[in-house]
Amino acid sequence: MPPIIDIENLGLDAGAHLLIKYGLREIPPGGQLRVVGSSPGWEAQLSAWCRVQGHNVSMQQQQQGGRLVATVIRGDADAGRWHNALHAGRSDAELTGAAADKALSSWGLAARGAMVEAGAPDIHFRLDRKDEIWADTAAVLYAQAVAAQWNPGTAIDWNEPFDLPAVVEDAVAQLMTYLIENEVAALVVPARFLGQVHPHFREIQSLLAIQVADEARHIEVFTRRLRLKGREPALSTAGGQASLKTLLDESDFSVAGFLLSVLGEGTFVSLLNFLHLHAPDPVTRQIARLTARDEARHVAFGMSHLSWRLQQEPQFRTRLANAVQSRNDALVNTAGLNEEVFDALILIAAGEFTPQAIAAGYVRVQQLIVDMAEGRRIRLERLGFEKEDALHLAALHTRNFM
Amino acid sequence: MVKPLLMGAVAYAPKVVTIWEGFKEYFRRHDFKFDYILYSNYERQVEAQLDGSIDLAWNSPLAWIRADRMARIRGLEAHALAMRDTDRDLCSVLVVRSDSRVEVTGELTALAGQVIGFGALDSPQANLIPRDHLRSRGLLAGRDYTAQRFDELGGKHGDHIGGERAAAMALMAGEIDAVWMIDGNYLAFSREGILPAGATRIVARSGSYDHCNFTAISGISAASVEMARRFTELLLAMNWQDAQVRPLLELEGLKAWLPGRTSGYDLLIRAVDDEKFYDAEGNILATDYRY
Repeated sequence: MPPIIDIENLGLDAGAHLLIKYGLREIPPGGQLRVVGSSPGWEAQLSAWCRVQGHNVSMQQQQQGGRLVATVIRGDADAGRWHNALHAGRSDAELTGAAADKALSSWGLAARGAMVEAGAPDIHFRLDRKDEIWADTAAVLYAQAVAAQWNPGTAIDWNEPFDLPAVVEDAVAQLMTYLIENEVAALVVPARFLGQVHPHFREIQSLLAIQVADEARHIEVFTRRLRLKGREPALSTAGGQASLKTLLDESDFSVAGFLLSVLGEGTFVSLLNFLHLHAPDPVTRQIARLTARDEARHVAFGMSHLSWRLQQEPQFRTRLANAVQSRNDALVNTAGLNEEVFDALILIAAGEFTPQAIAAGYVRVQQLIVDMAEGRRIRLERLGFEKEDALHLAALHTRNFM
Repeated sequence: MVKPLLMGAVAYAPKVVTIWEGFKEYFRRHDFKFDYILYSNYERQVEAQLDGSIDLAWNSPLAWIRADRMARIRGLEAHALAMRDTDRDLCSVLVVRSDSRVEVTGELTALAGQVIGFGALDSPQANLIPRDHLRSRGLLAGRDYTAQRFDELGGKHGDHIGGERAAAMALMAGEIDAVWMIDGNYLAFSREGILPAGATRIVARSGSYDHCNFTAISGISAASVEMARRFTELLLAMNWQDAQVRPLLELEGLKAWLPGRTSGYDLLIRAVDDEKFYDAEGNILATDYRY
């Protein structure tokens, strides 16, 4: 006898279809399931439901007791829907083959690991190859980023009293103007890639998203510091924007990550650490400490991705070197770091407008420039560049820092 | 150039264009010339088929009955070529609120004096067959109960379910005591939350009946018998497992096309006669029918 289920007094207008649906899962297409129930009109509901689901149903009055028994013959429509369905990888990135080398456009927005019905619309994402974007550390870096988010309203003591000489406060306003402009570039570059990354590469998508959120927060705190003593943004130079525009124009994810994160944001970490140490007021120092921590994570992602890509494709190193050279060539006729920013750094490091303080500030800024180049060289060597090449490329990096 | 097979369909909703454009593309892929003409109502479509404007009609069951009658009187023969799996063995249900005084399923005498909601005048499932069901059990509108019609889009033969939905809402609002609807809509309105779980009961169920079919009329169509045969063959070959075809089948509400049959229209034929909707020659008798 075929199996029988009793839906009791539960109608199909109240969820009884679930009992039948799960009952049918236990039998193959063509197999039979008997159903009995007691809710008024359940047999009419069952007939309507079976018709739509593609199952056959017939009713028989039982001999003893006169109970109505429905016999449902399972159709194959449900199975048919999943004919040629595709498994879109595995959800756990640790498993072998979890993320495909190439994500299919027909997987669309499906969760990685989902079973995707054939005939789903193609959704094209430009960055659909693992080798173009992947980093093994992305999931870990994302988790760290989530845990390290900070609230600008409470993480920084905006009310801590200080009063700088007007010329130094002006210098802070100029530096913040410069930092904001650079952080806008650091927001826009990953944001543009974010919408192009195939969602199959969930870890990369998430990390880019939180990186964008980091930069939004940085722009907020730099703006807030700039306005803290009633200043308005200062000067923005053509050369500075020309340098940043070369980052926005780079369409290759790896090259953009190399120029922006490994070289640019890496250099910024040095700058922010410098401000943490030498800024003349406690608010700027706190901001510098927190933003440097975020930027270091962005650098780590860039390094991790490039290490991965270079492992797959060692000859890509030449392309990276060429990119630095090309960017240098493109910017050769621009002023590089604007003089106002350079002077502002000296004044900030001086803290006072006296010859002795300025002398000390100047030395510190010179040391900063050396430290920045050294940091770039070390990162380049870690990416497998020969010492000489690393030294050369580190020196070619834009004078605008980012 | 080969003339395409021209099919008529009624535009009861915007999705009809999507459906038939999709079918046209499917037939094109199989090198079969097919085109369609949309009518605003089934009466016009039946008349168009009889005057040879279209070779084939996607007919409601009521339109089938009219086409069949009009063909016979002209000495022609109507054929049902194909239908959906979901066109077979439908039934209509009479639904009351759980607190209704109609307590025993099938015991309809308790409906005396009550207000019963019906769908559009030309709806087989929500008006003609339900009235026939009550008539056959001795209950007549105006004498034994008050009929309240929820008429939407006349001429669409109830394809537009707006009338049934409005009637279901009126039931829950307490404006009427009972309502007729097609069994599938009872489940659909439950899913939509219009009929909350446990708030209603089914107290009567009509006999089973068939719904739409593709109607061909032999003798007047310019399209050859061979074209109608090929059309049916391609239709029946549409496979739910085919991802290209499945969206069309989903839109049209079926899992598989089946050969047409005419054995499932007896109930509606009786209702059409008893309710005096069409006469034996297919003339429209219903005086308050607007389309």
